[in-house]
Amino acid sequence: MSSPFPFSAIVAQEPMKLAMLIAAVDPSVGGVLVLGDRGTGKSTAVRALAALLPKMRATVGCKYGCDPGSISAMCAECATLKASGATLKSHQIPVPVVDLPLGATEDRVVGALDLESALARGVKTFEPGLLAKANRGFLYIDEVNLLEDHLVDLLIDVAASGENVVEREGLSVRHPAKFVLIGSGNPEEGELRPQLLDRFGLSVNVTTPKNIEERVAVIKRRDQFERDAEAFTATWKRAEDKLRKQISSARERVKTVNVTDAALTRAAQICMALGTDGLRGELTLIRAARSLAALENVATVGDDQLRRVAPMALAHRLRRDPLDDAGSALRVERALAEIFADTASTPT
Amino acid sequence: MSTPQIDLHKAHERALVQWQRALLVADFLASSPAALHGVSIRAGAGPVRDAWLAHFTARIQHRRGHAPKLHRMPLNASDDRLLGGLDLVATLAMGRPVAEAGLLARAHGGVLLATMAERMTASTSSRLSAAMDAGRVQFARDGLQGQDDARFVLIAFDEGAADDERPPAALLDRLAFRLDLRGISPRIVGAFDAPTTETVIDVDDTHALLDATIADEQIAALCNVALAFGITSLRAAQLAVAAARTSARVFGRDQVSEEDITMAAELVLAPQAQSLPNSRPQPDDTEPAAERPEGDAAAEDASRPDNESQPEPGPQDTAPAEEKKANDEPPKVTPKDELESMEDRVLDAAQAAIPADLLAQLHAAMSPASAAQGQRSGGSAGRQQLSNLRGRPLASRRGDPKSGARLDVLATLRAAAPWQTIRRAERARAQIAPTAKLPPILIGRDDWHVSRRAHRSETLTLFAVDASGSAALHRLAEAKGAAELLLAECYVRRDQVAVVSFRGKVAKTLLAPTRSLVRAKRSLASLPGGGGTPLAAGIDMAFLVADAAQRRGMTPTLVFLTDGRANIARDGTPGRPQAAADALAAAKRLRSGGFNVLMIDTSPEPQQAAKALADAMRGRYLGLPYAGAHAISAAVLAQTQALR
Repeated sequence: MSSPFPFSAIVAQEPMKLAMLIAAVDPSVGGVLVLGDRGTGKSTAVRALAALLPKMRATVGCKYGCDPGSISAMCAECATLKASGATLKSHQIPVPVVDLPLGATEDRVVGALDLESALARGVKTFEPGLLAKANRGFLYIDEVNLLEDHLVDLLIDVAASGENVVEREGLSVRHPAKFVLIGSGNPEEGELRPQLLDRFGLSVNVTTPKNIEERVAVIKRRDQFERDAEAFTATWKRAEDKLRKQISSARERVKTVNVTDAALTRAAQICMALGTDGLRGELTLIRAARSLAALENVATVGDDQLRRVAPMALAHRLRRDPLDDAGSALRVERALAEIFADTASTPT
Repeated sequence: MSTPQIDLHKAHERALVQWQRALLVADFLASSPAALHGVSIRAGAGPVRDAWLAHFTARIQHRRGHAPKLHRMPLNASDDRLLGGLDLVATLAMGRPVAEAGLLARAHGGVLLATMAERMTASTSSRLSAAMDAGRVQFARDGLQGQDDARFVLIAFDEGAADDERPPAALLDRLAFRLDLRGISPRIVGAFDAPTTETVIDVDDTHALLDATIADEQIAALCNVALAFGITSLRAAQLAVAAARTSARVFGRDQVSEEDITMAAELVLAPQAQSLPNSRPQPDDTEPAAERPEGDAAAEDASRPDNESQPEPGPQDTAPAEEKKANDEPPKVTPKDELESMEDRVLDAAQAAIPADLLAQLHAAMSPASAAQGQRSGGSAGRQQLSNLRGRPLASRRGDPKSGARLDVLATLRAAAPWQTIRRAERARAQIAPTAKLPPILIGRDDWHVSRRAHRSETLTLFAVDASGSAALHRLAEAKGAAELLLAECYVRRDQVAVVSFRGKVAKTLLAPTRSLVRAKRSLASLPGGGGTPLAAGIDMAFLVADAAQRRGMTPTLVFLTDGRANIARDGTPGRPQAAADALAAAKRLRSGGFNVLMIDTSPEPQQAAKALADAMRGRYLGLPYAGAHAISAAVLAQTQALR
């Protein structure tokens, strides 16, 4: 497979890039949903992210790529091995970024009976599907709004529980399937089910760059890349390495980032002002802000971080009022402006 | 647009130029198929289209030494044909799953012909687009998983007649060229074919077609021209750059010249124009650069089906502050006069290349009077929504395929697979024909599985709103509210909504069948009211929309919001008796469609007229003089649910 377009070479589209980096630093933020016009580089960014991510440790031979360090998130096989006292061999593998191709059938998504071994040897074995492959990594669904309903139901369930339960063809298997869901689509072509919408931690809208310099830059870079992908990738290697390092160190830092009570209060204020349902919004907001602080090497989550991630963490959680014409992003902005109005005057 | 006195000579000349362009497109596409992806050709089946295709294959043969393989794609081929699936015969013979390549993979290195592309569904087009973007097709189905190379030239034959019958926008966005061959007569083709290919094009260098150098200013010029035409998608500019490079090589140049830029603008950008360049506000330093193209787009948004979505009001604000600052700077960092003049020349040439009817459409859309009319061509989103009409596959169940049900081979094999060793052992023990060769797979009747699909046809709720008279505004607001409430309800059920309004002398489709809230809000934003009551026209229009929807497999429910007092006859003349008679006739015709009809009488007191109409339509009558949005949507929901 040819090398993907470098992440750092993507022109503009800052909110989208930021959301993806935040999710890469702290997967518990939840997935990223990218909605927008055609030809804005949605798919390009996801593929670029795959190449950017630092490698991870995984158990050798495990179908689910279990982390040898954490028993709680292991598949049954690894867990029994570990419990028996054996040391699990591990190796570095690239973080899986799995495409859910259009027209995928359910058996390939959840996994099914391995036909080949069943036919050839008469053995009943489970052949893991895409969800297993995506464990600990990313599951990318392009045109997520066109995804067929029965697959949506499936994903909603697995994305919430982090575990895939297969009960079919006399097989009874459960395995970990913790992944970051990344979806992209064009809202003009169809709406997204609200339940699926809710599974995405962050959502960003992308539009084509409107100023000419950016547009020219996009075309030029794309053109260079298409003519000589290797040379282009080499030019951007340094920037890519830097970003990769930033992600790895942010991952270490994220646990130590301080979330003060003041920040929690602030997050609660924002969510209350917007009337988001449930606590998921607040959780995501805090996690995303913490992840952003880690990315930027800030020790404590402050208003700045909250304010910057609030639109992407909350805009898609507002209760939709079909009769209200104002876009939800606008409503978030308004609420933020109100809440932060009092602090703007006080010196920081 | 049509002037009765068509200058025949001029028309002929225009057709000649058009045909020449079409031949050039064929040459470019044959030269660098990988970068230009394909073409959408609007023309009926006939000698002109065939001649173009023959020319195109001849050019490819000329370059590669052999004719390309043409793969015809049947309209909306099923996934196992398109992406690949299990090869049943081979699987049974070999005793292990054998994959069969799909159409997209088989078209690798060849030409994929999509006929009747205007009827392609969103699901087919998204599969095509994904393959074109990645250059390969990915599949995960029928127990198989993998990817095949799939780089092909796509030729989409667009046989649409009406303006809103176009191939899916997502697909068009990826093709470099759009041709309209409708105005070209076969005689022109016969007269012109030979000389064009020999004299205008003379290339032997097929290598490295894309390595012609292109200056940054030239790229900028193409981007500017694209913006001037209101084309927001960046793919268009990218394809134009590729076309300019190809042009340079085709004409034997190492460096892209202004001619090539002009050519690219003419062939790639002009046919995609969303607005006319002269409507572009002059670069104005007082106005932030970011705002300018939006102005253009806004004028157009409503009218073009393949338009980019209107930017949400939000994104500008969510952009980080530093980016905003960058946008505020004057747009022209290179105020080179030369660049400007080149741009103007390119723009002029490209503008001349805009197809005549597109030009007329653009002009019409530009005039404020018809701004509300534009929505009629917004219909393609409705059509694109059909992807899940195929029905939701349910788990296969044990059964006999005798009753017309389809045998689910995979499920059957799955059921049989675990038993193979046991069955063999049993047979051996029972010594049933021990010398006879056993089939590779022992399948019993018990293993047979048949596939099931839950096929629920989508429902379409069509509002036909009487927008006449003084109460119009009020009623329209209610209808709008009800439509949006229903739409909100439809998220889960995946149903569609459409709105037809009638007033003055005509009826209009305000909102073509859609499920998209974004589109609905935009379309419903401006609902004009007042004037006479052309009830017959309104019923006719509702019939047309509902009938079209029914033919696409939807179940339409019609909701009329009117007081039933027609005063404009079908032919547009005023007069109550004739108008009422026409309305009744229209209502009877509507009955033939067998739709589910709800007549909501909005007059202060229940009217006999509306009741009579409801009876003629065999619909339900409901007197709701002060119906609000919520009441209407509740009534409609009750009506549609009664159907299920």
